[in-house]
Amino acid sequence: MIQKANHGDMRITLEVWRQAAPGAPGKFEEYEVVANEHMSFLEMLDVVNQQLVESGHEPVEFEHDCREGICGSCALTIDGKAHGPRERTTACQLHMREYRSGDRIRVEPWRADAFPVLKDLVCDRSAFDRIQQAGGYVSVNTGAAPDAHAIPVKKESADLAFEAAACIGCGACVAACPNASAMLFTSAKVSQFALLPQGRPERERRVLAMVDQMDAEGFGNCSNHYECEAACPKGISIQNIARMNREYTRALVTQRSN
Amino acid sequence: MTIADPPISTKLDSKVPGGPMEERWTRHKFDLKLVNPANRRKFDVIVVGTGLAGGSAAATLAEMGYNVKAFCIHDSPRRAHSIAAQGGINAAKNYKGDGDSVHRLFYDTVKGGDYRSRESNVHRLAEVSVDIIDQCVAQGVPFAREYGGLLDNRSFGGAQVARTFYARGQTGQQLLLGAYGAMNRMIQAERIAMYTKRELVDLVVVDGIARGIVTRHLVTGEYERHAAHAVLLCTGGYGNVFYLSTNAKQSNVTAAWRAYKRGAFFANPCYTQIHPTCIPRSGDYQSKLTLMSESLRNDGRVWVPKTKGDQRPARDIPEDERDYYLERRYPSFGNLVPRDVASRNAKSVCDEGRGVGPTGEAVYLDFADAISRDGKAAVEARYGNLFEMYERITGDNPYEVPMRIYPAVHYTMGGLWVDYNLESTIPGLFVLGEANFSDHGANRLGASALMQGLADGYFVIPATIASHLAGRTLEAVTTDHDAFKEAEARARSMADRLMSINGSRSVDSFHRELGNLSWEHCGMERTAEGLRDGIDKVRALREQFWSDVRVVGGSETINQDLEKAGRVADFLEFAEAMFNDGLVRDESCGGHFRAEHQTEDGEAKRDDETFAHVSAWEYQGEGQLPQEHREPLMFEEVKLTTRSYK
Repeated sequence: MIQKANHGDMRITLEVWRQAAPGAPGKFEEYEVVANEHMSFLEMLDVVNQQLVESGHEPVEFEHDCREGICGSCALTIDGKAHGPRERTTACQLHMREYRSGDRIRVEPWRADAFPVLKDLVCDRSAFDRIQQAGGYVSVNTGAAPDAHAIPVKKESADLAFEAAACIGCGACVAACPNASAMLFTSAKVSQFALLPQGRPERERRVLAMVDQMDAEGFGNCSNHYECEAACPKGISIQNIARMNREYTRALVTQRSN
Repeated sequence: MTIADPPISTKLDSKVPGGPMEERWTRHKFDLKLVNPANRRKFDVIVVGTGLAGGSAAATLAEMGYNVKAFCIHDSPRRAHSIAAQGGINAAKNYKGDGDSVHRLFYDTVKGGDYRSRESNVHRLAEVSVDIIDQCVAQGVPFAREYGGLLDNRSFGGAQVARTFYARGQTGQQLLLGAYGAMNRMIQAERIAMYTKRELVDLVVVDGIARGIVTRHLVTGEYERHAAHAVLLCTGGYGNVFYLSTNAKQSNVTAAWRAYKRGAFFANPCYTQIHPTCIPRSGDYQSKLTLMSESLRNDGRVWVPKTKGDQRPARDIPEDERDYYLERRYPSFGNLVPRDVASRNAKSVCDEGRGVGPTGEAVYLDFADAISRDGKAAVEARYGNLFEMYERITGDNPYEVPMRIYPAVHYTMGGLWVDYNLESTIPGLFVLGEANFSDHGANRLGASALMQGLADGYFVIPATIASHLAGRTLEAVTTDHDAFKEAEARARSMADRLMSINGSRSVDSFHRELGNLSWEHCGMERTAEGLRDGIDKVRALREQFWSDVRVVGGSETINQDLEKAGRVADFLEFAEAMFNDGLVRDESCGGHFRAEHQTEDGEAKRDDETFAHVSAWEYQGEGQLPQEHREPLMFEEVKLTTRSYK
């Protein structure tokens, strides 16, 4: 067992969503755990799971991989907030020093129709991939590229494109939105390419196809709550949504005039 | 268990073309057979893993017209561990006009690898490096740019030119998303069939040729058989044998190890890279270590107090009581010495008792000079997200106090043996990226992993796969073939066995113990005695695992514990091979530092007379010692010298 009485130890009561399978009824289970302030939130869940396994119970399934905030795997709603209390921080980068001994913490999966729960805290986010497949790329075959310096790009545009491209595809924006809208996610990719000369030739086709797919997956629309931006661990700006709306309108007009 | 002088193996034909070094790749491509465009759709190619190597290979082969089936263990191909690479990607563009060239990148990489890589492969890597940048820019990868609109570069360890292209501290993410986009385009065009949440559980070999794989669906638990004309493994490295590493939690050796057990030789498993700039561990519960990009060493100065046990806060230690030991010992490379050198030096100052922080296992990486020279804003623009990440994990603000860093396992140079075509010793099985062994020798230079993954996937395999597809007669094989049945049965019985032990210890507890053993006996410093001892301990641990592990839950649902159990079982076998390779390689080179072989001032001492070769291990059956095969390394362009960064 890992638990010893150490400096910085804290007693935490967890309420964790347990659900056996897609569509199965779920419920919150309570677990007591001794954590340490230096632990990450996921390391605290590791301790819970170790306790469960050693006592013959099924561990809590949750998605995680890089544990450094870049792969986008972790998807925990902590006390009602996507990724928990700390701004611009994924659940895997949240540390227990944010909490006090005696705290109760409620952990549940993303809640959105387009992200059905598969088991416990794991949900199906394949809808995001399908939105990207609809048009989130520049159509250039390998080996057909001109020299990288052939097209200069304004530094400001490159920086803005980078900031949009920093999206990790975790889905917190959807989980935080009262409409379960995927507009921040979709607009981040649309913006990246709208800002770069490389993306221009396909801009109309791209935005129309990606928005269509987004709608087909059952995500809601944006009604300006800004919750997505607040929840986004990478600080993706809602200005991207405005840019996507302009791109979309522009594409509709251009398409019609064609 | 050292094997005395095995003969140079006839089983290893590197297929390195002859002629002048700089013409080899061009000539080889011309000499290779071609598959004509109309025939490509007749060939099915399986790509396992969708990181930089797998993603770029899958996309490019699909663009060319092959039928590609791609597999990943994540819920999306975008989550492969390549995403976490921070610093950058090297290319011999010479956009800075500071004297870079293909030859210099080639030379630096061979030297950086401590003369244990295959020259011809490295030269090809340097040649295609320039095409990679062109390709990625065309895809819309938002590399850092200067005000003139052109691409910016920075310098990295082991190089004296600025040839590293970067996208803030998220270069791996941006390159991977580029490859992911290219894949998505081909998925949409129905040229790639994408299988997410699938784990390779066995490779299927029919008549001596790799003809398919068996996978387990990680959500439903179903076993699935997939036949093809060629199989590409792009499944990354084995750093997680150490449990604590900078690798993502799911990174594992399983695909490579199971291919090894089907006949693919495993080369140089003892070559592991310990990265010098990671956040030190804080306690026993630690689940992974976090890397701080090596690019920080461009501006950060590494130091420890001159006196042992100096407990004063960093800012209270006056300048003349600090030891900037890298600048002192290596005046020409300073803080930018290669990773193995920087790591070993950090260990040795900590071993002397001059380490800092609560554990004494850390050194300072200090930005005070850079901040007073260039201003906080400039430093923030370069490293902002890294500083943020550091603050989040440690609670310390690196703009105000120096970072504390310590080395951690980061990358593995060893891997499945491949020839110049990237083909393993099983015909039809190709291995790309970190999963193969060929380009980095005994030590990888910073910003070279992204370069190699994309070189293999975008530019090498699309040409060399034809050697197999057009060069061999491939009979039709279906998934009803006995070889598929046998492979599936084997995988099922392994899972059943793991579920039925019902012992008392969790999978993680075994993994942690294995990690400690590996770090202690096969970490930054190794000795013959320690390795022998380690092998005994690993064997004992393996036995205990198979009698006392506890895997809870069902097999027909998501069961991460069962997934981990299979991977840890493979790591427990792999560790022995790694220790054994380290024992047989009775010299120091790059990341493999045998304490018995060092110069007077503690640098690695190679033995080129005896060990200028690749050791490739052939599986001989359960409980049997593997057979060593040696591929001699010829150095025609780069003269073998003692590496010096002084």
